[in-house]
Amino acid sequence: MLHPITVTHYLVLSAALLLIGTLGVLLRRNAVVIMMSIELILNAVNINLIAFSEHLKTLNGQIFAIFVITVAVAEAAVGLGILIALFRNKETVLIDEIDILKW
Amino acid sequence: MSVYYSSTDHFVLLPVILLALFGCATLLFDFWLFPDARQRRFLVWFLLIGEAFAGVALWRQQSFLNQHGGSINAFNGSLVVDGFSLYFHWIFLATTTLVGLISYRYFEVREEHHGEYYGLIMLAQCGMFFLASGNELVTLFIGLETMAVTFYVLVGFLRADKRSNEAALKYLLLGGFSSGFLAYGFSILYGISGSTKLNEIASAVAARDPFDPLLFLAIATILVGLFFKVSAAPFHMWTPDAYEGAPTVVTAYLAVGSKAASLALLVRLLTGALSTAHAAWEPLLIGVALLSMTVGNFAAVTQTNTKRLLAYSSINHAGYILLGLVARNTIGLQGVMIYILVYAFMNLGAFLVLTSLASKGIAGEDINDLNGLMQKSPAHALWMLVFLLSLAGIPPTAGFLGKYLIFLGLLQSGHYILAIFAALYVAVAIYYYFRLVRAMFTQKQENAVAPTTSLGMKLALGVTGVLTLVIGVYPEPWLRFAQWSITR
Repeated sequence: MLHPITVTHYLVLSAALLLIGTLGVLLRRNAVVIMMSIELILNAVNINLIAFSEHLKTLNGQIFAIFVITVAVAEAAVGLGILIALFRNKETVLIDEIDILKW
Repeated sequence: MSVYYSSTDHFVLLPVILLALFGCATLLFDFWLFPDARQRRFLVWFLLIGEAFAGVALWRQQSFLNQHGGSINAFNGSLVVDGFSLYFHWIFLATTTLVGLISYRYFEVREEHHGEYYGLIMLAQCGMFFLASGNELVTLFIGLETMAVTFYVLVGFLRADKRSNEAALKYLLLGGFSSGFLAYGFSILYGISGSTKLNEIASAVAARDPFDPLLFLAIATILVGLFFKVSAAPFHMWTPDAYEGAPTVVTAYLAVGSKAASLALLVRLLTGALSTAHAAWEPLLIGVALLSMTVGNFAAVTQTNTKRLLAYSSINHAGYILLGLVARNTIGLQGVMIYILVYAFMNLGAFLVLTSLASKGIAGEDINDLNGLMQKSPAHALWMLVFLLSLAGIPPTAGFLGKYLIFLGLLQSGHYILAIFAALYVAVAIYYYFRLVRAMFTQKQENAVAPTTSLGMKLALGVTGVLTLVIGVYPEPWLRFAQWSITR
């Protein structure tokens, strides 16, 4: 007998995604991978929102999720633009080599 | 049947419609009318006229509120115009106008004068509008991101400059990370209340135990996100780098506009929807405020770059403002409002003087670049002295007023130890601000280059300087305005 999937399962999944995303931001050295980790965090948010929306039977959460996706795209577009500008001047995307500004 | 766009909605949204319109017009007309870089300074007029129209629209809201009191709700309660949001709208309007005025000369000197800059700062102001007025999670999130994404572009505006690229990348990565946390907290708030409206969230939060794990997770993630945005320690790592690498005028806008807007959201959440759960957030706030003052003060002491020094000083100021929220009484909150207003003008002024030090081939960002400023240009040196005294919080200037009210609030609510710490840190702050004063007045410099200046810069310097003095010497009307803004 299979157990039904409840909102708790989705919350655990999204918490795991948040954790993986956070670790990715803190530990990876490639700026592109860090941006992907940020996307993971935003997807954790989306899973939360849609699970709650289904659980509470209100639509607000799904609309919020659409906006979060839009914002994530805008952020990625600007982020890649900045990364390309940096790569033209510096020829690296590894954050420990991007170290002119410190202390 | 519900109405989708009523005249009230229009009335509330008009300032931001005008700003967005003029901002987009600037982006378009930049290519059509001003192909030649030397003509681009006319684009400042787009900004000034747009701000003037937005100012009229804001003034109509202000007089409506003065007559009828209360607040105006629009879009089914998604946006609210009350004293609090209007107070911030005026700060944003003044900040953006002043930043626009000082920018054209700076970018002309750097030979990076692009028209879209004026459009971008107006669009960032639109985002700030929603942060101060939003009364609903989706609106607030979109407002925050509109502002943040625009700032990522602005910080990296000097495309050929490696430092600007690097600052933009660091700001983007940490800014995106913090927005993710904030959105996560928002999603849980939606989950526990079933609504995205702040007043419905308030009643759901009030019904719960403050240390309920789900609610505590929401509060913690939201605070982490917002502490990043207001650059409070230990989430301040991006601040010195972004401030140093960004063009100085953008640094000024980032330090004042972005911080004020994020504080608007923080104050609205902590005094509104989350106020009943204060047992959960108060210890976090105290810890972060103390750490911000410590890190800000002691790291600023060793800086040799003036922009970095002011970055650490802004971390320190964030600590003081958070202490005002810890007090949780009217005086403390009034202190927070006054502090934000005063901080806007004194910090803009200080960055303005740094902007004028940059000239062809000279970055003007080292502490030694201030050497002998008194001989080169007494006006710049004396105004800078006023701004530095105010930043340190010394009596005749406005900076004292904000600190004084926050101390008073802390004493009234019985946080004696915090008040003592806050007062002791003023002494450290005086030390590093006076390193700048010493450089300006006692050091000599050979081959002195006079500061770059322009009509806009002189105007902005006068306005920020006079306001920094006037608010300090004659505080009554400003105190009344701040008092009015927090009466709901």
